Amino acid sequence: MPLLEIDHITKFFPNTDGAGEVCVFRDVAFKVEQGEFLTMVGHSGCGKSTVLNIIAGLETASLGGVVLEGREIAGPGMDRMVVFQNFSLMPWMTVSQNVRLAVRSAYPSWSGAQVDDCVTRYIDMVGLNGAEKKRPAALSGGMKQRVGLARAFATEPKVLLLDEPFAQIDALTRGVIQEELVRMWTASRNTVFMVTHDVDEAILLSDRIALMTNGPDARLAEIVEVKLPRPRSRADIIDEPEYARLRSHIIHFLVERSRHLQEQAAAESGLPGRNLVRTH
Amino acid sequence: MTAARRERLRATVYSLVLLALFLGLWQTLAGAGGKGGKGAGIPGPVAVAETAWHMLADPFYDRGPNDKGFGIQLGYSLMRMMGGYLAASVVAIMVGVALGSSPALLKAANPFIQILKPVSPLAWMPLFLYTLKNAGQAAVLVIFVSSLWPTMANTAFGVATIKKDYLNVSRLLQLSWPRRFFLVILPAAAPAILAGLRISIGSAWVAIVAAEMLIGGTGVGYFVWNEWNNLALNSVLFAILAIGVVGVVLDFGLGRVAKLVAYTE
Repeated sequence: MPLLEIDHITKFFPNTDGAGEVCVFRDVAFKVEQGEFLTMVGHSGCGKSTVLNIIAGLETASLGGVVLEGREIAGPGMDRMVVFQNFSLMPWMTVSQNVRLAVRSAYPSWSGAQVDDCVTRYIDMVGLNGAEKKRPAALSGGMKQRVGLARAFATEPKVLLLDEPFAQIDALTRGVIQEELVRMWTASRNTVFMVTHDVDEAILLSDRIALMTNGPDARLAEIVEVKLPRPRSRADIIDEPEYARLRSHIIHFLVERSRHLQEQAAAESGLPGRNLVRTH
Repeated sequence: MTAARRERLRATVYSLVLLALFLGLWQTLAGAGGKGGKGAGIPGPVAVAETAWHMLADPFYDRGPNDKGFGIQLGYSLMRMMGGYLAASVVAIMVGVALGSSPALLKAANPFIQILKPVSPLAWMPLFLYTLKNAGQAAVLVIFVSSLWPTMANTAFGVATIKKDYLNVSRLLQLSWPRRFFLVILPAAAPAILAGLRISIGSAWVAIVAAEMLIGGTGVGYFVWNEWNNLALNSVLFAILAIGVVGVVLDFGLGRVAKLVAYTE
């Protein structure tokens, strides 16, 4: 039995310029095994962040549902934790208070000393010792996301949800933090669902990559397997022929096929591709 | 840096010039006969300074109901104001949080708040006197009303505009209601709440003087009215200055608290 099952979810949003609703994505179904790192790649507007929010329980699917360990999820829970693109740290709390908030929620029965211990361990793990007393405003983007990672990993969720976690970090720092994530994930072997539009990031981190066609009315087109040996580092994989093959396959998909497939699906359903509206 | 310092220096010089102009005008209006004499025009700055000196030299004497030191009267006013203000602040923050969390509730309550807000808190006085049959409690209730609306409106606004990200994190972490309230909602809305508390303490301090003029007995408002009945205008002028200074101190105190809870995203 897979740990996480996305069971044919469809999402409609209210149409911003008229009556009815727009279909963001339709009939998305896939499974994530225990300990697997699955990444969803697609253009802006394909609803990939919405898929992640539905798994997190922050949004609900219009049709279909999400099953975690055999039970359908109903809202957020401590078994899932999100690392946000915009960090979403509490700006009035220090680094350690931000991590502490999450640890106390995950382990309500722990003593203060146990909580402190855990907070310190995870802050050390992301290399933020010395910055514990700083507020997020005093940190760079890279450091903020380190706090975000520490907060998420410290709760030891069954599923870790990464929502374009490195998109707002400068390119040089991004590489460093990606490798830190590889290291942390290798140690913890969490099940991860990540959303990104960075192809290299997806290949470096993932076991499988799910490719979405363009929105609106996006579909899950295919899931490709990343057969590169682990542990991976950017320096090692860059010369692998498998890396080049995967990269060109995905980029080819994003540049051409994601749009063709959307138009094809639209033609089959008899609706214009750019104007998919459901009225009640 | 030097530009800022030059500006500060210039402001200080202007302030001193304004002070000199004000004192000069005051002295001219007071005229030669202004040295504290009853009915001889308004007292000049020197006479008021003398009165101030006497009052501040012995602020806490108590020689019966009509002759108490200014410090004692100030203490009565501050205690009365704080009672009404603190109670109003707690209620206003609670209601403000509720209104800010629910757009429907805010829309529903808005017409009532809009109608009650422009009513002078003193208009409630007869009603409070009639129901409570106690002048002191009625005055506290007037202060309560006077300091309710700014805090409530600011809290509702602050809570309604909390970034969705913070609320999402508290949902993900399954924070219990008290932890969500004290660790997320209050600190997130704290800058807006304090802006409201600051306006409220100003209105409370304005209202207390008027309320005490009506109820009599104790307090700076009663003191001002009593001195007017004695035709001791130098005491009235001193009280005006003192009330202003206390208002500044109260605002400054809350300004410091506002700095403590401010945050940058």
